[in-house]
Amino acid sequence: MSQIAIRHVHKSFAAKQREVVALRDIDLDINPGEFVCLLGPSGCGKSTLLNAVAGFSLPSSGEISVDGRRITQPGPDRGMVFQEYALFPWMTVAQNIGFGLEIQKKPADEIAAKVGQLLDMLHLKDFRDRFPKDLSGGMRQRVAIARVLALDSPILLMDEPFGALDALTRRNLQDELLRIWSKSGKTILFVTHSIEESIYLADRIIVMTYRPGTVKRDQRVELPRPRDPSSAEFNELKRELGRLVMEEQQRHAADEMQVAAID
Amino acid sequence: MPARLKDFLQGLLIPIILLVAWEASARAGFFSAAILPAPSAVAAKWWISLLPAQPIDPASQSYVGWMFSGELIQDAISSLYRVLTGFVIGAGLALPLGLLMGARPTIYRLCNPLMQILRPIPPIAYIPLAILWFGLGNPPSVFLISIGAFFPVLMNTIAGVRNVDNIYLLAAANLGAGQWTLFTRVILPATMPYILAGVRIGIGTAFIVVIVSEMIAVNDGLGYRILEAREFMWSDKIIAGMITIGLLGLALDTAVSRLNNHLLRWHRGLDQ
Repeated sequence: MSQIAIRHVHKSFAAKQREVVALRDIDLDINPGEFVCLLGPSGCGKSTLLNAVAGFSLPSSGEISVDGRRITQPGPDRGMVFQEYALFPWMTVAQNIGFGLEIQKKPADEIAAKVGQLLDMLHLKDFRDRFPKDLSGGMRQRVAIARVLALDSPILLMDEPFGALDALTRRNLQDELLRIWSKSGKTILFVTHSIEESIYLADRIIVMTYRPGTVKRDQRVELPRPRDPSSAEFNELKRELGRLVMEEQQRHAADEMQVAAID
Repeated sequence: MPARLKDFLQGLLIPIILLVAWEASARAGFFSAAILPAPSAVAAKWWISLLPAQPIDPASQSYVGWMFSGELIQDAISSLYRVLTGFVIGAGLALPLGLLMGARPTIYRLCNPLMQILRPIPPIAYIPLAILWFGLGNPPSVFLISIGAFFPVLMNTIAGVRNVDNIYLLAAANLGAGQWTLFTRVILPATMPYILAGVRIGIGTAFIVVIVSEMIAVNDGLGYRILEAREFMWSDKIIAGMITIGLLGLALDTAVSRLNNHLLRWHRGLDQ
């Protein structure tokens, strides 16, 4: 049985006197333990879909359910990692990581133990009592990942989490994420516009169309891990997906020119 | 020479030149001592006013009490007491109201027009009412100061709550935070830089208002003392009092700024 069921999801916004259809008739089933990437150019609705699963912004029609329960609001069963990290700058690294458990009123020693374990796991031990402003982007994203791992939620939602990082830090965190995922068996729904990133990480890549956002291609990635981005198979898939994404990117660009002309 | 010492000495240059010129022209008799006394005379007066006027009387007072029995110290304590009491009342009312007005649009719509009408009225304009309502003594003074402190804290708190980055609210909701946790652990700390900026302005206003209010409603405090000195043409005492006001203001502002730096040690703007 699927863990996340997305049924006929439709989402539209009113923008500048015209209605923008961000998502149209999305149907997806995501299985427990699956690593799924949502791939597409900006404006394709991939973040909108993720926010709908997170419960931040519900669909205009259709239904999303997790383990058979309809989603109506955000909750710690679907931990979210944001591109902008969204760490609380007034809390230390340890306080940020422990905040979710504190909300659940877990005893202090249990929180301390869990936080210590996550600090070790994500190599953050030396930064325990620092504030986020003292950390690099990569370190901040480690803290943000630790913060949702502390919730021990079965599902991780990630919105271009490594988009603002340099290439080396990015690869490093991708490997870290794969290590955590393979050990924990969590379901991951990961938004990216990087074709290479999606092939490197995912079991399955959902390529989305530019407005209205629909599913253009549901692509399984069967390459064995660890994947080698320089291998022939990797690049063959990259070319194929690149073609699909480029088509949508061109529609995006054409649309932007048109809007600019009207304005 | 270390850079900080150099900066410090450089900053002293102009005040010292001015003091020397002032002292020289006073000694040369360019103007009468009743109009502008020599700085040395002001310093002497300041020192005398600082010291206890009476010899210690062990039967009725402790040594510490005696140390602080000088007129200037007593006045400074009275002024400081009024500033702090008025500020605590004004800011204490402004903070919860500002948080509510920032967080709840309905309350904002209900209260904002009234606040916008009252805000431009300078606290000084409340003097006649304050005396009618509270008579003389500390109450009218504290009332005026609390009005002076109220609006800066209120306006900044509202702006702060309205500027809380939405991403923090999303992140907190995602972690499962309820309304109360959201408010105390996310909105309040996120608003703190604004609140503290308001506190700093509010303390500044309170300090202006205390001096004015002491010139009318009470018979001690630094404001009262310099006005009283005018009646006797004691210009050295007036200037000594003004310098004390300046030093006290500086001390208050430094204290608030230290508090700022401690409470906002997480804040990006303060890393150096």
